Amino acid sequence: MEITLNNRPEIVDKNVLSIQELIELKNFTFKLLVTKLNGTLVKKDQRKSVTIKDGDKVDVIHLISGG
Amino acid sequence: MSTKAIKEMTFKEIKKIVETKTVGIAGAGGLGSNCAVALARTGIGKIIVADFDTISESNLNRQYYYFEQIGQNKAFTLSDNIYFIDPDIKIEVHPIKLGPDDIVRIYKDCDVIIEAFDRADMKQMIIETVQTELPHIPLIVGSGMAGWGDSNSIKLRQIDNLYICGDEKTEIAEDTPSLAPRVGMVANMQANVALEILLKS
Repeated sequence: MEITLNNRPEIVDKNVLSIQELIELKNFTFKLLVTKLNGTLVKKDQRKSVTIKDGDKVDVIHLISGG
Repeated sequence: MSTKAIKEMTFKEIKKIVETKTVGIAGAGGLGSNCAVALARTGIGKIIVADFDTISESNLNRQYYYFEQIGQNKAFTLSDNIYFIDPDIKIEVHPIKLGPDDIVRIYKDCDVIIEAFDRADMKQMIIETVQTELPHIPLIVGSGMAGWGDSNSIKLRQIDNLYICGDEKTEIAEDTPSLAPRVGMVANMQANVALEILLKS
């Protein structure tokens, strides 16, 4: 399926994929992330159960200390 | 976002709009103090600021405070410093450590909320809280600004009404400290995004 990940088109070789699986597939290793699916917040404890479909827009935000 | 409309406004016209607006700032450190000052100079009507921390000497390399203010609470002192710039700006001060319930209570009537924490876990907490409990309020976050140079790495990413300012990669460390130039760039970028939102709303 084809999704939009952080504003870029991304082809994933799977039909069903959870947010958590996408994070592992893309090797996003940061401890503190915020994830959004089609603009809606997906909290950490929901990442394993929320699945991504063809055409979905996924945003992964890395939160970095400093300010 | 188009900036055409903004460029066509005089400062008098800009002030007339922003003096009716309220901006919430969560944290009064490097991001919060510099962002608040930029918004104050633009004539924002009301600023709501919260920070439990006191000013230490090590903060003066980037935060909008003075040597003689060391030891004072950051939120109250920021209120003083804004008063010296423009005594007409209303400032609401909360000298507390913010949790999810406080964020909803304090910032629920703001037109825009600025995330100005230093710790990544607090940044995550405020994004999850505002996007869940106050999803109609735009939230402007700073993430990734440590070190120096590499100016073009600092950018804006918009995901609906969540705005991320910073390089999204450079973490604070012994050899990549937080310094005034890049922290100031992100703080002023947050103020600029807030202004753009307020002038369009």
